[in-house]
Amino acid sequence: MFTKFFYTLKNYGLPVSMNEWQSLLEALEAGLAGSSLIGFYYLGRAMLVKTEAHYDRFDMAFAAFFKEIETPEGLPEKIWEWLNKELPEVEVTEEMRKNHQQLDLDELKRMLDERLKEQTEEHHGGNRWVGTGGTSPFGHSGYHPGGIRIGGESRNLSAVKVAGMRRFQEFRTDETLGVRQFQVALRKLRQFTTRLDGARTELDLDATIDKTCDNAGRLELIWNRPRENAIKVLLLMDSGGSMISYSRLCNQLFTAVNRTAHFKDLKVFYFHNCVYDWMYHDTHCSLNNYTPTDYILNHLSSDYRVILVGDASMAMYELMRPGGVIDWELYNQKPGIEWLNMLRRKFEYSVWLNPIPRKYWTWMDGSYTIKKISEIFPMEELTVDGLERAIKSLKTRQAISAG
Amino acid sequence: MSASVKAYQGSSGYIVSDELSNSVNIAISLKKPLLIKGEPGTGKTMLAQSIAESLDMELIIWNIKSTTKAQEGLYVYDTVQRLYDSQFGESDVANIKKYIKLGKLGESFVAPRQVVLLIDEIDKADLEFPNDLLWELDQMSFYIPETKETITANQRPIVIITSNAEKELPDAFLRRCIFHYIAFPDPDTMESIISVHHPKLERKLLEQAMETFYMLRNINDIQKRPSTSELIDWLQALVIGGISPSKIKKELPFLGVLLKKNEDLDTLLNQLQGRGNAKNSNVLGRFR
Repeated sequence: MFTKFFYTLKNYGLPVSMNEWQSLLEALEAGLAGSSLIGFYYLGRAMLVKTEAHYDRFDMAFAAFFKEIETPEGLPEKIWEWLNKELPEVEVTEEMRKNHQQLDLDELKRMLDERLKEQTEEHHGGNRWVGTGGTSPFGHSGYHPGGIRIGGESRNLSAVKVAGMRRFQEFRTDETLGVRQFQVALRKLRQFTTRLDGARTELDLDATIDKTCDNAGRLELIWNRPRENAIKVLLLMDSGGSMISYSRLCNQLFTAVNRTAHFKDLKVFYFHNCVYDWMYHDTHCSLNNYTPTDYILNHLSSDYRVILVGDASMAMYELMRPGGVIDWELYNQKPGIEWLNMLRRKFEYSVWLNPIPRKYWTWMDGSYTIKKISEIFPMEELTVDGLERAIKSLKTRQAISAG
Repeated sequence: MSASVKAYQGSSGYIVSDELSNSVNIAISLKKPLLIKGEPGTGKTMLAQSIAESLDMELIIWNIKSTTKAQEGLYVYDTVQRLYDSQFGESDVANIKKYIKLGKLGESFVAPRQVVLLIDEIDKADLEFPNDLLWELDQMSFYIPETKETITANQRPIVIITSNAEKELPDAFLRRCIFHYIAFPDPDTMESIISVHHPKLERKLLEQAMETFYMLRNINDIQKRPSTSELIDWLQALVIGGISPSKIKKELPFLGVLLKKNEDLDTLLNQLQGRGNAKNSNVLGRFR
């Protein structure tokens, strides 16, 4: 039964490894689930799920797998009271294990109903009545494999119900995978310098030796500033309609760039379809929230590394003609290609990442504009490898084609 | 939970959900590190203090910064001090042991009793940081080449690791942890948390404040949502300011305590305006 649950989890897209599964079985052996379904739910979740983004998948898999199992509700208050008593520990012997085969759930329910009718007093220990400890199939903290837990630790909600509530739905991002790989690639984008401000905390060995020699052997320590990354990054992302199909990939990149703490500065802007006069601050590309592209060209220093992300495929006029902007209420004096050239001339370290796989570039719909734009910017596909190549080219100045 | 393990059930100053105490106990009995994630202000760091308090153990805190190296947690060999000492002959430099200073992880290993070790905000460190600690956390021992010594834990410390999800943690590391995400407390839990901090709060004030608080949290575009600690501060401000409960929702007094970003304040104002909410005109008037 448990092995089946393992595959159910896998089917629901949870990356469960054998190691974790093994530890879960050990934990079960050690009785950490408290022999209740809710205990098993929490135990399983704590051990198998490693990010809140997967809580929802776990809930769904759990609910689907255990939906048949219910715990009885609406027991008389009195029985709750009996059950809430403290109790001595029960030792489980081999013999006891043999005596208690799994009981059928329906049969259990029927038996419980009968017992409830008959029982008139508290029971602790023993093997028949509803009570704590003991080996009756009804009650809690006792031992009966496959009995019905009444009260004890999982008093309020059945595990299936907790799982069924799917409280962690909003954490589903599906975007966390791959982020780390992008991050690792982005780490290579660094250029160390010691000329920044900061405390001198690193021992400069050569200078120390020189100085100490000057002092005829009397030790004098020379400290230096630690090296810091001086790279500044300007990330420009296309958030036009045709990009929606790549939004997951772009989100991964965005998250990775955003979480990469080692850049000296990071600025992110969005453009709609192609770069025109406006650089928007958010993905909605609304006109009450933008910075003029002119401003960016004039105010950012040219040592910013510029990463443009876009599919680069559009209608020819959108790139080549004035007024080619896709939004109805806008008009651009300069054609998109002019803006791109200006960006390229200003920022010598720049690269274009295209989420469309390279093999389609030459023959798909927007192949003309892809070709045009890749003449301006070095273009790489948006994959981990592509990003690595792009970063290599961001480290050196690229020849600017005559635009 | 078997009776042989001391079970953690929260402490007087810290409200813990069943889920969380469950995870804590699982981690303790399986002797695995417990990785805690959650929104800022949900009491991740407080948890370790509470565990230490309730199990009567010493708490050792290792605060991680962006410059922290895994090695620092194990030990630091103070070569400079030794060099100085050798020059001025002030003490016996032949004894390298004197210059080996154990880090926080090392300290928790050699402690005479079992301790709680909090590795706070592990995501602040370099990407490879968690990987560098895998062996030490697994085996609970490390080797000091300078003194040819192996430091092994007397008692496996209870390791609590917190993360704000600024960076993804490596899979190999995650596989070795018990993971728990502290969900934002629902109103009921929140009330009991508040009653720990403000035991004598007026009922009406609390209700109004909570309602406003959850209203603010539910605005989608807010970047930094107010958290528990901000609510507690806000209540304090409301009490000291002597604000009447009826005014809380209408005027949103001391809003700066809850919303720390200018952008968020703007978003809120836009929203209130967008709804054409006449009764909020008081708030708008104050900021425009």
